[in-house]
Amino acid sequence: MTLQAFLLLGAALFAVGLYGALSQQSIVMLMMGLELMINGLVVAGAAFWFFVAPSTADGQVLVLVAITVMALEMAMGFAVVTALFRARDADLTDQARDLKG
Amino acid sequence: MRDVAFWILAVAAVASGVAVFVVDSMARATFALLASFLCVGVELLLIDLHYLGVLVVLMMIMELLVMAVFMIMYMMNPAGLMPMTMVHNHRGALTVAGAVFAALAAGILLADWPERAGAPPRDPAVALGESLMGPAMLVMIVIGVAILATMIASVVLATHRGRYGDQDGTRDGDVP
Repeated sequence: MTLQAFLLLGAALFAVGLYGALSQQSIVMLMMGLELMINGLVVAGAAFWFFVAPSTADGQVLVLVAITVMALEMAMGFAVVTALFRARDADLTDQARDLKG
Repeated sequence: MRDVAFWILAVAAVASGVAVFVVDSMARATFALLASFLCVGVELLLIDLHYLGVLVVLMMIMELLVMAVFMIMYMMNPAGLMPMTMVHNHRGALTVAGAVFAALAAGILLADWPERAGAPPRDPAVALGESLMGPAMLVMIVIGVAILATMIASVVLATHRGRYGDQDGTRDGDVP
């Protein structure tokens, strides 16, 4: 186990999640991509704590924030999906492109 | 031993992450994502983060069981009976994701990472708790406010009336 190996795992999860967030048409599948990206960040943050600065708890605090943000993102995401679906029967990203410039 | 466990779990985490976007049913995708999170949780246990590892495992089980309910609500292809692709700009997304991974991997392998400073505390969970209740108290406060704001905002967004009231301009209590 090395820092590089952990970071590579985090980067792979991040890239897979990025592919999902960019390519999925269903809004809920897009959110799964975002979750996967944050999953990669959790791995990278934990690895930085263990391999670079284990004597302070800052890395752990960062991981805790990332995990919390992940849960909040999912709750808000589903609320938005529900509101969109109620308002106009839309559950695809292509049906919600009002802000596209 | 830990090395072997690390690589098995790493491959499993990425493979189940890929499976999220490959399987035909959104319910199966949810459980593939759960598998990926569980692998990551055990990876955290491998580097002495016992509290955070268990937190990831327990929280993700609950979160993705809730998510599975929503997935089934919004499911395009119940039970995965038919092959399904619900993607746009497939090639562009693959290119961007591949480029990002290549750039990150190059940075990871080429960067001159700092030496390890200090040793892990005997009980990292105690260190985390003391930090959150001491120097990092502000983080804890902000997290608490963010959770409260999320609870209020998600309820407001999800109510039938919505943020701006009914479309016909009536409000609760108005005589129709």
